[in-house]
Amino acid sequence: MVGFLVLNQTSPGVSSLSWALLLASLAPLPATAQSKVDFSRDIQPILSQKCTVCHGPALQQSGLRLDNQNDAMKGGKSGAVIRPGNSSASVLIKRLEGLDDLQRMPPGQPLPAGQIELFHAWIDQGAEWGTSSETSTPDNGHWSFHPIRRPSVPEVSREGWVRNPIDAFILARLEAEGVEPSPEAAPSTLLRRTWLDLVGLPPSPRDLAGPANHEQVVESLLDSDHFGERWAAPWLDQVRYADSDGYEKDSVRPHAWRYRHWVINALNADMPFDQFTIEQLAGDLLPGATTEQRVATGFYRNTLKNREGGVDVEQFRFEEVVDRTNTVATVWLGLSVECARCHDHKFDPISHKDYYRLFAFFNELDEVDIDAPLQGEIGPYLQAKPDLDAKIEQLYRKYKVRELQRPWEAKMLWAGDNPGVEHQWDTSWDIIDLYLDHGQRILRTPPESRTGRENYAVTEWFMRNYSRVTTKDEYAATGFKQAVKELHEIVDAFPDVSRARAIEVSREPRPSHIHEAGEWNELGEWVSPGALTVLPALDHTDETPTRLDLARWLVSDKNPLTARVVVNRLWQEYFGAGLSPTANNFGLQGEPPSHPELLDWLAAELIDSGWSLKHIHRLIATSATYRQSSATREDLTEKDPGNRLLARQIRLRLPAEILRDAALSAAGLLDPKIGGKSVRPRQPEGVAELGYAGSVRWHESAGSDKYRRGVYVHYQRMTPYPFLANFDLGERNVTDCTRERSNTPLQALNLLNDPVFFEMAQGLALRTLSEAPRTSFDSRLGHAYKLCVAREPRVTEKEELLGYFVKQRELVEADAEMAKAWFPPQLDGIERTEAAAWVGVIRILLNLDEFITRE
Amino acid sequence: MTFRQFQQIQSRRSFLDTCVGGAGSIALAHLLGVEGRSAELGNNPLAPREPHFKPTAKNLIFLFMAGAPSQMDLFDPKPGLRKWHGQPLPPSMTKDMKLAFIKPSAKVLASSRTFTRSGQSGIEISDYLPHTQTIADNICLVRSMRSDQVNHHPGQSLLMSGSPLVGRPTIGAWATYGLGSESQNLPGFVVLSSGRGASGGSTNFSSGFLPATYAGVPFRKSGDPILYLSNPEGVTEQAQRLSLDTLRRLNEENYERSGDEQIASRIASYELAYRMQTSGPELLDFSGESKNTLESYGVGEEPTDAYAKNCLLARRLVERGVRVVSLIHASWDDHTNLDEGLKENCDKTDKPVAALIKDLKQRGLLDDTLVVWGGEFGRTSLGQLKHLGDKVGRDHHPDGYSMWLAGGGIKGGQVIGSTDDLALHAADDPVHVHDLQATILHAMGLDHERLTYRHMGRDFRLTDVHGNVVTKMLA
Repeated sequence: MVGFLVLNQTSPGVSSLSWALLLASLAPLPATAQSKVDFSRDIQPILSQKCTVCHGPALQQSGLRLDNQNDAMKGGKSGAVIRPGNSSASVLIKRLEGLDDLQRMPPGQPLPAGQIELFHAWIDQGAEWGTSSETSTPDNGHWSFHPIRRPSVPEVSREGWVRNPIDAFILARLEAEGVEPSPEAAPSTLLRRTWLDLVGLPPSPRDLAGPANHEQVVESLLDSDHFGERWAAPWLDQVRYADSDGYEKDSVRPHAWRYRHWVINALNADMPFDQFTIEQLAGDLLPGATTEQRVATGFYRNTLKNREGGVDVEQFRFEEVVDRTNTVATVWLGLSVECARCHDHKFDPISHKDYYRLFAFFNELDEVDIDAPLQGEIGPYLQAKPDLDAKIEQLYRKYKVRELQRPWEAKMLWAGDNPGVEHQWDTSWDIIDLYLDHGQRILRTPPESRTGRENYAVTEWFMRNYSRVTTKDEYAATGFKQAVKELHEIVDAFPDVSRARAIEVSREPRPSHIHEAGEWNELGEWVSPGALTVLPALDHTDETPTRLDLARWLVSDKNPLTARVVVNRLWQEYFGAGLSPTANNFGLQGEPPSHPELLDWLAAELIDSGWSLKHIHRLIATSATYRQSSATREDLTEKDPGNRLLARQIRLRLPAEILRDAALSAAGLLDPKIGGKSVRPRQPEGVAELGYAGSVRWHESAGSDKYRRGVYVHYQRMTPYPFLANFDLGERNVTDCTRERSNTPLQALNLLNDPVFFEMAQGLALRTLSEAPRTSFDSRLGHAYKLCVAREPRVTEKEELLGYFVKQRELVEADAEMAKAWFPPQLDGIERTEAAAWVGVIRILLNLDEFITRE
Repeated sequence: MTFRQFQQIQSRRSFLDTCVGGAGSIALAHLLGVEGRSAELGNNPLAPREPHFKPTAKNLIFLFMAGAPSQMDLFDPKPGLRKWHGQPLPPSMTKDMKLAFIKPSAKVLASSRTFTRSGQSGIEISDYLPHTQTIADNICLVRSMRSDQVNHHPGQSLLMSGSPLVGRPTIGAWATYGLGSESQNLPGFVVLSSGRGASGGSTNFSSGFLPATYAGVPFRKSGDPILYLSNPEGVTEQAQRLSLDTLRRLNEENYERSGDEQIASRIASYELAYRMQTSGPELLDFSGESKNTLESYGVGEEPTDAYAKNCLLARRLVERGVRVVSLIHASWDDHTNLDEGLKENCDKTDKPVAALIKDLKQRGLLDDTLVVWGGEFGRTSLGQLKHLGDKVGRDHHPDGYSMWLAGGGIKGGQVIGSTDDLALHAADDPVHVHDLQATILHAMGLDHERLTYRHMGRDFRLTDVHGNVVTKMLA
């Protein structure tokens, strides 16, 4: 049913399968006897996609197994199927072609003739398994498992086009294909593209008038603190950052932002990617770990948390470890390991045991919130603390909190040891661990041994939840409802330090096992932590490798995957698709890169530059390849519909956050403050209300906070901010390395009718009227165009919009109420109907495909 | 050109005709001209598509009773509980139970409901559902439903997406991905909600890793049914059209210059948005419905009004070709005060549900509309006392609960499966939620094993690696 699938893959975002089709039309070139077949590039992906489900690790139908050399050469029940050097005598070929009355393989859709040709040629050339000398394990013939070796930069005839080695790799392929690169984009287009790509903001008219040296522009944008904001977003997708827990309760995570803050700072400082990795994965284990290094481990805390009453805490702790395992494997290794949660991976060389060896590194994690003060916070906090403590004590005395809390704590501990006797105590004991992190552990610790934060948390919880074990009247008599309110008022009035969500090693050792069928409670063989066996060995000094060893291994120069995966994802942001379009999957089911040598060269550059991400950004953004025009070309539409050859740039709809930023920025409303807590812009009624039992509260941020950049918008997992969700900010529930770019009517409604966007049109109209150098229509329109799309309007556009302007002005002149709705303020020197007509013009500009796209 | 490509272009052509061509002077020739270059980009992802085989249902209405209605008080009478009422069961009987809050030592709670044999089929239905009794001969009641999950969010996620973990597409997304939608003026998958927000939140209608186009579009309870469907205040119909015409011409000019088909799609999206704006009010305008119809659903009277409006809207959506309508009513999570809580929800929903079935039938729509009623799991036969002084309720119970199906290809007037006398486990013919999903897709002409999507290197499907079509359900 391949055809059906293909039919359904025609989504506006280019899916992996349509990429496969596009790629199939380009490469590999039909094999002939003259050209050497590359096993890992040409044969292994077909075996993995078409054969090994039935003839692989899980199933060996007819005794045949095709996922490794030994078994494949041995053949099946009826003998060898591959006769090296003699394809026509090989049963494999007869099966593929359906000859000699043998049942044709694979069942269903036969292989395309070109692929069967490849098998012919491969067998005739000796059926070599793997291409290099690296054949120590059966599967590392796969391209992404090869060690990274810096390839030499190819020779090209048109040397003048080459600005840096990236271009030589691109041009060499183009010359081989007989295709010309595209001319450079118009300066204004290139400037807007570079701004949006590097800092996620449009250039201002002043920037447009500035010096047009592209290299200087790139340098200054790499130095801008907005760079970290723009590039945090794809990282936050990968690590599935959000401001709430997910699942039913979807409780707000008030300290989550502190991790995002760390990411933005790290990217701005160009923290080397190896350090960026080590601090997030094992910052807590570094000798003398700093607070910031512990904040980095907030990476782990982005996983969802199920606090629904009645859930089994251990079941969902297991799910969190599983999620962390899958995320680390996908983000750093580009491997989708989750199949191996339940059984050996059917396509990739990852065993069930491998999975739980990786899992074992993360099984030791316990969650902890830490104090993570920012500059200037500690002094006022410490100064005020004695006063705060005294006020809280006073409140506890006033409501006789201690007197009731002591027996309550004793009874809670008793209930924990005697389940099933008093139901309401059972429930209280069970859920304190769900709603309050480590609630049971804190209760088991004597009050004098708890931290101040722990004592506060447990007392506050007690006051709110005492009702669970009393009658309504008894609870009312305590006055706790009022007391909690007063308590919060006291605490809120005092300065506090920022806090962060971090991890620590669990206090009790937690052995890891294989989980049969991936079930949390079906424990199999005990396992110790270890790296995937298909990859180079992991160095460690202690007997058992630590999480720090794992982190170092991920970014060691022996690891063939991480650097390739990272540069591929950067490339994807600049060209709409990675050199390998399956940025989530560098395994055997992924697509091989279009320019394998370029990918390796970039990976080598990343490592040799000391893992400088900005170095890679600079190389890409200053390349001639990047600077090309994005206009489509007749000669490429047949030959290269997916732009895999990169003979042109590509038009990309702006990511959700950047689209919002661009509109706010053009309207002059953007508050460019960097870092800090999440903000809540205006949200229509009825959105938060879809959350569980009306528990989600959306209090609009005050002042200019609601005009902060999209990356700071509070992300409530179960009821996300509609604009961001509408424009494909993913669900952030599992790791996602490739954001969708959809095109829907709901997006059109959003841009046309969202009052926030209407307000931006009003803001921009006012800005246009007050800033344009002259009051003529042309001058004003020119200014507005520059603000929105960084260029002057064309004559035809001027005519079109002048026609509109005249008609729109007639409409508002005929209806004073309407004019007022379009432009509410009454300002000196600004005629309302004129302004209202401009709002109409600007509203159109903000809806232009060109505005929401970087060209 | 293969036959499929040809078909694809045909459907694209008609999409452009209906969506764009009617709207004015669009450069249709340009849009069609691009097809010779690449038929797949810029295609309408919601264009109707051929199913795997002949369907018995074109549309799906999922009456999702979130929070888990109590089966032994509504659809599965258990007189055997009376002799145990107020006593704990021996541990040997309760040892395999999955419980959320209570412990196995909790005391048995017999139902205080009375059941009536209803219709010619004589299906026993509770006195809390007098209207459902009148459609007994239309429904296929499954008393042996099974879930693996004992908590709401994972349970709802499993029922809707086949997995207890978040991130997978839901059944409505799968169906619109597989079949597209007959309606080009409305979303293909619409979500209507009543009561409180459900535990699953947007997980209940997510498109997961499928393109966002296939996500359920929640209609709002007040104001615009679809977010931003109305023009901003002060923007008249005339002004909106004037803006859109100008916008379209500017976009066309850019399209001609750059040749990027995404611009053509963007133009089409704006025209579709405009059509949604004009068809939205018509959809919500009940003035053409007869007084009889409105009364039969319970529109305009309490406590049925909210759910009745959603049921009537569901019929109107299906009439207009919307593929899937999900009605989420929350919450049936009666841990305490079972009798009152259950009665309240029954009183709100029973009459509208029965009216919906009858109305669909009378209009000939029931033949190709599949209606499914039920929650993510059922409730325990053991009672729960949550707080001191509470009235008794029931805990969560995934192993053996009731759902029903009606319409499109379903054999009505029958009961499938049973639970044991104490409602502890499904006994005969257990039907896992994956089996239900396989059967729903089957009725819609989709093979649940062939409806797949490649993600992270793997072909995913709604039923994961499980699910069997329950042929007994089919007519």
